[in-house]
Amino acid sequence: MVLAESTNHAIADPGRVFLEEVIARTGPSCRLDMCIQCGTCGGSCPSADDMDHTPRTLFAMIRAGMREQVLRSNTPWMCVSCYLCTVRCPQDVRITDVMYTLKNMAVASHAYPDSTAPDFSRAFIRNVETFGRSFEVGLTAQHYLRHYLTRLPSMAPMGISMLRSGRMGLTPPRRIRGMRGLKRILARAKALEAAS
Amino acid sequence: MSEYLYYPGCSMDSSGRSYRDSLEAVTAPLGITLREIDDWNCCGATEYLGLSRLPAYALIARNLALAEQARNGTNTLVAPCSACFLNLSKTNHAMAEDAAFGAQVNDALAAGDLHYDPDSLRIRHLLDVVVREVGLETVRSRVTRPLRGLKLAPYLGCMVPRPDYDGRWSDPEHPSELDRLLAALGAEVVDYPLKTECCGGHMTQIGPSTAFSMIRRLVDAAERAGADMMVTICPMCQMNIDAFQGEMNAHFHTSHRMPIVFFTQVMGLAFGMAPEAVGFGRELVDARPALARISDEPVPEAEPARVRRPGRPKGPALPMPQMPEAGEVTR
Amino acid sequence: MNAERQEGASAAPDAPEDLRIGVYVCHCGSNIAGTVDVGAVRAWAETNLRDRGVVVARDYRFMCSSLGQELIEEDIRERGVNRVVVAACSPHLHERTFRTACENAGLNPYLCELVSIREQDSWVHSDRAAATDKARAIVAGGVERVRHHEELRPLRVPIHPATLVVGGGIGGISAALELANAGYPVYLVEREPSLGGHMAQFDKTFPTLDCSACILTPRMVEAGSHPNITLLTYSEVENVSGYVGNFTVTIRRRARQVDEETCTGCGVCWEKCPVNVIDTHFEAGLGYRKAIYVPFAQAVPKYPVIDREHCTYYLKGTCKACEKFCPPQAIRFDQEDEILTVEVGNIVLATGFKLFDARRIPQYGYGRLPNVFTSLEFERLSNAAGPTGGRVVLRDGVTEPKSVGIVHCVGSRDRAYNNYCSAICCMQSLKFAHLVREHTGATVYEFYIDMRTPAKGYDEFYQRLLEEGTVFIRGKVAAISPGAGTPEEDGKLVIHVEDTLAGRQRRIPVDMVILSAGIEPQDDAKEVAKQFGISCSFEGWMIERHPKLDPVATMTEGVLLAGTVQGPKDIPATVAQGAAASARILGRIQQGEIALEPVRATVDASMCSGCRICNDLCPFNAIVFHEDRMVTEVNPALCQGCGTCIAACPAGAISGTGFSNEQILAQIEGLLMERVARPVEREAVPA
Ligand SMILES: Cc1cc2nc3c(=O)[nH]c(=O)nc-3n(C[C@H](O)[C@H](O)[C@H](O)COP(=O)(O)OP(=O)(O)OC[C@H]3O[C@@H](n4cnc5c(N)ncnc54)[C@H](O)[C@@H]3O)c2cc1C
Ligand code: SF4
Ligand code: SF4
Ligand code: SF4
Ligand code: SF4
Repeated sequence: MVLAESTNHAIADPGRVFLEEVIARTGPSCRLDMCIQCGTCGGSCPSADDMDHTPRTLFAMIRAGMREQVLRSNTPWMCVSCYLCTVRCPQDVRITDVMYTLKNMAVASHAYPDSTAPDFSRAFIRNVETFGRSFEVGLTAQHYLRHYLTRLPSMAPMGISMLRSGRMGLTPPRRIRGMRGLKRILARAKALEAAS
Repeated sequence: MSEYLYYPGCSMDSSGRSYRDSLEAVTAPLGITLREIDDWNCCGATEYLGLSRLPAYALIARNLALAEQARNGTNTLVAPCSACFLNLSKTNHAMAEDAAFGAQVNDALAAGDLHYDPDSLRIRHLLDVVVREVGLETVRSRVTRPLRGLKLAPYLGCMVPRPDYDGRWSDPEHPSELDRLLAALGAEVVDYPLKTECCGGHMTQIGPSTAFSMIRRLVDAAERAGADMMVTICPMCQMNIDAFQGEMNAHFHTSHRMPIVFFTQVMGLAFGMAPEAVGFGRELVDARPALARISDEPVPEAEPARVRRPGRPKGPALPMPQMPEAGEVTR
Repeated sequence: MNAERQEGASAAPDAPEDLRIGVYVCHCGSNIAGTVDVGAVRAWAETNLRDRGVVVARDYRFMCSSLGQELIEEDIRERGVNRVVVAACSPHLHERTFRTACENAGLNPYLCELVSIREQDSWVHSDRAAATDKARAIVAGGVERVRHHEELRPLRVPIHPATLVVGGGIGGISAALELANAGYPVYLVEREPSLGGHMAQFDKTFPTLDCSACILTPRMVEAGSHPNITLLTYSEVENVSGYVGNFTVTIRRRARQVDEETCTGCGVCWEKCPVNVIDTHFEAGLGYRKAIYVPFAQAVPKYPVIDREHCTYYLKGTCKACEKFCPPQAIRFDQEDEILTVEVGNIVLATGFKLFDARRIPQYGYGRLPNVFTSLEFERLSNAAGPTGGRVVLRDGVTEPKSVGIVHCVGSRDRAYNNYCSAICCMQSLKFAHLVREHTGATVYEFYIDMRTPAKGYDEFYQRLLEEGTVFIRGKVAAISPGAGTPEEDGKLVIHVEDTLAGRQRRIPVDMVILSAGIEPQDDAKEVAKQFGISCSFEGWMIERHPKLDPVATMTEGVLLAGTVQGPKDIPATVAQGAAASARILGRIQQGEIALEPVRATVDASMCSGCRICNDLCPFNAIVFHEDRMVTEVNPALCQGCGTCIAACPAGAISGTGFSNEQILAQIEGLLMERVARPVEREAVPA
């Protein structure tokens, strides 16, 4: 692995430090240090138009040590995890995984200004941590009330049809039996992650 | 009867009801038994990984640990949902690839008295099992009502064919499994170029305009290809394209009406089951009117396969490159 | 020699006083000294190995320098050193240097042992103490081994003056002509019906844009008519045996079904032949040929061949139109393949490359989208002698494109396909941009990751293309799709790319796309390598003796490389390598004979049980079995001393000169000797 070699030397370059932090958090096989800036990812990404930087640009910014701009970027939040970039990257960079890491880091440092996406993730997880299963109605209702009040009227017919066709229930899912165990697992995982 | 471990995933009970109903209906004719893992939990979709890494993997790994315990003669775990399939394989892969990380995940699992040995399960998507294990011959032999005349656009979405955790089972961009399956049902399979493009995923929730343009592209391309309906293998894709089509139309002032159903539904139909029995009618863009296009006329005897005869066509056109026969691997 | 050998072998262990071993530890600048405490190794050898016969130990900055060599020579002359151990780099590099030094001082060169403390030690470790311990062990091993060395004399074999050149592309033609013009016979073997290789398919060549045919045809004609060249086209090498100086090669001359003595090349036969075949080889699938054909007008030789797979007569038993109309009656339906056996002293491999199969990247649409072309297809399109007469048109054969996208690095620099850079495609793409504009005036887009134009006149060519108004977009193309949706995209191909300099995703509609596919080794590279007893890389490029200092020879004496068979390169580099291979061969032919390393396996006939286990293992086919006596023998001229048979023999009947069991075991003992200060611990692996 390329990372190991470079850690032999004392690295002062802030870009390299930031890069290695991202790599360490993603897992060493993400190969972000091997990016040749070819732009295959940016050319492939279905969300690129809505991103403030293309994925490739973001990787260049990481190398340049532009920590704040990177964590403030909406790019990772626009990523739909389609993995198109990952399968096409000529250097086998695990781009989608890097996007997840950047989201983790942005959430942890409260750097990303728009809360829509992080809120959705949080709400989703709250359901999972309560029931062990996700709860689409509760989630959507919660999320829409908070972020898309104006969108509700156009959404209403859809919601009603979903209910009518039995594809959406108003009652939350049954809690899984092993909820306690799951809670302990998640608590332990969080503790481990905080420690590392 | 071959038996498999089965992880349904949350949407099978809600938005993916028709997937569940039709899947349950076709397992018997296909000769497979799906044994559901007891007390499984949500895989976290694409949300948990975005907030924190280790808890996200631990959440998924709990299911793997439960499945490992339930292993009894089979170590294949089947998932019908794309995100679930991906998450399960991704976790297995991450734990196997990086032993230290695997140990961390197991450390967390131990708090719930669980443990998972990486690579002790083989995680496969339902379509893979149907095409590779059950086989198209068996599928063909179960067809009692061929879907002749029905034009279907095969749509896989992104997460099943794509990353090669657990060994890629098909081409990441132009897989042909679903096409071949639908053809085996007697349907007319249209060439659908966007078959592995993204449906927008959670963008319908957090960045609707991005999602709407993706949905529009998909629906538009299916229409141009002349499809009566799209056929998918992923509850998320079905939900986005079906339920949000109306809102998308409102957003762009368009009037697309492209039904999208699950591959298990059309399989059930071809196996002679009543449309409602396999979940038709639950979609918001009703697929039932298109079913009228299935023709009961017997097809004329298949022409004998054309032999490629050397010859020089009239006119100035240059020959196309010679492509390998379907299924012939070029790599 | 024999007596001396006996004495040496039996005397060594008991009479250390007869042995005067010199140990020389090299710093190799900081290559070794940076990791190994060279002084400590020297001091240790001096004292701790004294009872093993070491009389002098030295360390020096560069042992391979003339001053370093003089140290050895002086010790031999003045201190009576009669065994030499040099601890330095790999024997690949400097074994000969130190052996020559010994020889200069009057010591038999095979009494010198070079052990590697660089490749096997300093370069692969970072823990200084452990690396130093390992160096001690390696030196001790060398000392133990050299005690068993014996004087050896190289084998001398005569050199056959003829050369076999395999492959008739520009590389093979160049090599053959150099040799032939120097007055020596050459057999030039080409698989296809004509000489020329890929260069014959091109219209213009970069960077000067001279016409490919105009510069290639004269060389082809010269090779075809040269009195010293036996041209064997439509032929393949079946078998190679022998060794440098004395190879025996069997060649299959496939039947052309045409009598070369009578055929005049008039062309009536292919005019009359009713069968059209898509020419996937020379016309890259864009054009047609007949069942009887010459691949192109300037083909050398001019005689046609009948393609039996498509000829109606061979398929159905009737037709024979060609025979009926052939004025000199040259068609021979009953002609059969001929097997030819020739003796040669050296072999040049110039079997070239093949184009990357662009169908392997489905998102580029080659084969699905009609107006996506490969680079070779474009060469034929733009060639005045090609299927469109040099008109650059779309697949419909009529429409001229108004915009063309040229995609770089197709299948190159990509871990999913080939990791390497194909080296020629940037320049080839620039050439295409020029040709497109010249032929059609279309707007040309070049999509590149890096523009690689590093040879004489190449960057100047890039400058010229900038001036010509080519649109350069820096970004690897993500996908090519049929355009749809907007008026400007309808009916076009859309190139999806990130313009990395602008940091924006772009969709660029064009009429035509050209994929600059990379170049790959031939499909049969691995078999060819095996046939000629050389090795090829994982991808299939033949491996040269040294990547920098000897890119022409291979590890097998007498087998040399010319052109793209060794790796991606352009025409000038191919021609230069062909000439270099010939120069090497000429030098050898002029010496008349060659000295071979005496490191050989020998079979002790009295111990051989005749089990034949070793017989098929020898990679150099050096083992013969005598049925009458039921014993195996090793032909010393063929044997390369690899040791495979020695290890395999269950009776222990085979031993290797210079690699006897005694020598190897002694070296192992030395390596494991407990005198090494402390056991070498496993180095901590960096986390
Ligand atoms: C599209 C394209 C355009 C290019 N344009 C230029 C350019 O403008 N300028 C430039 O300098 N370079 C150019 N190149 C590079 C150039 O093609 C090569 O440098 C050159 O052709 C190499 O010559 P060669 O003799 O090594 O190989 P080849 O030309 O491949 O010749 C090898 C020959 O060996 C024969 N052969 C193979 N295997 C066997 C066998 N087992 N037995 C017998 N015969 C065998 C083959 O049939 C062939 O005739 C271009 C390359 C491409 C792909
Ligand atoms: S595709 Fe891979 S190598 Fe290219 S810019 Fe993106 S991450 Fe870097
Ligand atoms: S995985 Fe994310 S970054 Fe990559 S192409 Fe898909 S949306 Fe873009
Ligand atoms: S016999 Fe064969 S080669 Fe001759 S004209 Fe007929 S088809 Fe052509
Ligand atoms: S020469 Fe240029 S186009 Fe070819 S592989 Fe190298 S960088 Fe890519």
